[in-house]
Amino acid sequence: MSAVIFFIAAIGAIAGAIGVVALRNPFYSVLALVGHLLALAALFLLLRAEFVAAAQVVVYAGAVMVLYLFVVSYVGGGARPLTPGGSSLRAVAGFAMLALFAELAIAVLGSGLKAISGDGAPYVSGFGSPAAIGEALLTKFLFPFEVASLLLLVAAVGAVVLARRRGGTTLEDEIRDSAHWITPRSLFSGTMAEAVGAIRPPAEQEPGQAATDETELGRPVATPAGRDEEVGW
Amino acid sequence: MAIDWYLVVSALIFCIGAGGVLVRRNPLVILLCLELMLNAANLALIAFARMHGNSDGQIFALIVLVVAACEVTVGLGLIVAIFRRRLPVDVDELRELQG
Repeated sequence: MSAVIFFIAAIGAIAGAIGVVALRNPFYSVLALVGHLLALAALFLLLRAEFVAAAQVVVYAGAVMVLYLFVVSYVGGGARPLTPGGSSLRAVAGFAMLALFAELAIAVLGSGLKAISGDGAPYVSGFGSPAAIGEALLTKFLFPFEVASLLLLVAAVGAVVLARRRGGTTLEDEIRDSAHWITPRSLFSGTMAEAVGAIRPPAEQEPGQAATDETELGRPVATPAGRDEEVGW
Repeated sequence: MAIDWYLVVSALIFCIGAGGVLVRRNPLVILLCLELMLNAANLALIAFARMHGNSDGQIFALIVLVVAACEVTVGLGLIVAIFRRRLPVDVDELRELQG
């Protein structure tokens, strides 16, 4: 029975991994990774690591990947035609990774280590339970535990510093000034600006004169300039 | 299942992740492939913890989870900053870290 679940979970994990690498849309890649993480949590359960499996699902698949989805939705990801060097790099990388996997498999399976051919040490009740993990974290591994929390703090502060807007510089992808809150109207459609004479319909203007003056209301809404950066495959 | 099955699966996931880091150009997907490699290492750690009957490997895997979360946070912040400055979000184009 455990063999069946092992194969289902392992095939799910490998399929998720291949999906991450091969899918073009980065959104789908993130979803493939979420599937991979869930399959990996099933493998952890088979290996009697219940707490780590739960932490993986809740923290990794549940929080980190959702953060990833937000950022992928914000940044986006267009498909870009591959550069001429693309396909040869793919062939070389594929061959190199195949060679690496063959070497690792030979090292693992042909190593002559007896212990890995078995099912592992006899199961002690409470192995992998939250109580065992908590006791180890607070006695034997107290220092790594504290350093890990410090690392989380540093990462959070770093992310806020990296992604903040510098005060005073308007970045064109965030049009937040009040001129753009006003619903855009077509020019000379009978707005108040026309009524008070702030802008004039073109029939009354001399050919050389600009169609609008400084007031914002008649000006066509500024589109975000050139959002044409594309992301690679 | 014997432990070496889990180790072979871990090696396979690691190689797929490494291949993805080499091949993909979108830095978001490169970070995802890095996560794949970290997960492969986690699987190996948990497998060896089961083999020894010692939960040290599971603690190690939890710390690796924390490190992966931090790295994703900072990496995504970097990518958002790159995107906000309207640079191409493409590792082949981003050769210098300034500007």
